[in-house]
Amino acid sequence: MQVTIKLFATFREGRFAVDKREYTQGTKVGLIVDELDIPREQLGIVMVNSRHVDLDHKLQDGDTLALFPLVGGG
Amino acid sequence: MEELRAFLQEQAEGDLVSWRHQVAAADRFELSLAEVETAILEAGLLPARYQRNRRMISTQQQLQLFGSKVAVVGCGGLGGYILEQLARLGVGHIVAIDPDIFEENNLNRQLLSSLANLGRPKAELAAERIAEINPAVTLRPVKGAFTKSNGGELFAGADCVVDAVDNVTARLELEEVCGELNIPLVHGAIAGWYGHVATVYPGDNTLRKIYRHWSGGKGVEQQLGNPSFTPAMAASLEVGEVCKVLLGQGALLRNRKLSFNLLDMEVDEVPL
Repeated sequence: MQVTIKLFATFREGRFAVDKREYTQGTKVGLIVDELDIPREQLGIVMVNSRHVDLDHKLQDGDTLALFPLVGGG
Repeated sequence: MEELRAFLQEQAEGDLVSWRHQVAAADRFELSLAEVETAILEAGLLPARYQRNRRMISTQQQLQLFGSKVAVVGCGGLGGYILEQLARLGVGHIVAIDPDIFEENNLNRQLLSSLANLGRPKAELAAERIAEINPAVTLRPVKGAFTKSNGGELFAGADCVVDAVDNVTARLELEEVCGELNIPLVHGAIAGWYGHVATVYPGDNTLRKIYRHWSGGKGVEQQLGNPSFTPAMAASLEVGEVCKVLLGQGALLRNRKLSFNLLDMEVDEVPL
């Protein structure tokens, strides 16, 4: 299946802004986060097709996964 | 107070009352500058300092802002700009809360910091700065941290609370306390080139959604730090929201957050 991955802010550094990648059906969000070498404690917003999900959410063909880093400064 | 009103009418040019005459009225009638400002606005006149506001803020709305109370939690990167803008906007009552003193590493971005102020309490500098800009504004400096137990006292009578803190724990507590006190909360957070803003009404639980994956500790600001322009950007967006909350105008950033990326110059609206 194909998943579109959108990365925001610092997550783009050394990676990409948007990419389409092939995964086996039912791949979990957390696995993609780990594969991208994104530290889980840096995760802010995690959305699939504009809906907020947890890391054990299973992806479907055609999904768009968006990852934002945690921003907390002031 | 008919005499005061007559005096103000007499001194006004058109409907504008200059600062000089506001001070003269306070002296002559033994009133505070804030009391005179209220009298000016209630008479349908406008303190001259607000004349560039008036195409977007009516005299009636200026009176509404002057009668409002806003608590700003944090007087650092975000807070310095927020306090400045609230005072210039004409919000009449401000509570400025911060437990810290200025340090050298604040100088790259914190508006209230200066070489002369290093080592001095941030909340105290907030009071001095606002007294220089707009002495009609009543600012209560609080040299201490917001906690869940003092929130009720700090935010008593507030129409809006502004989040200008630097950590997630305090933000989640702010959302909880403002929810209990039934006060709208305007949230902003920054890291390097990036930031976001959202407005939270009691029961929205927006911050719990924004930080649902948070597991303790700081965000990416720990690696990135913050430059001069990102806090100013987030602070301005926050004050725009405060102005609308106080006036009941426009479309608020509720149940969504506006994320900005100044490196790639992108703005994203995230539904929450």
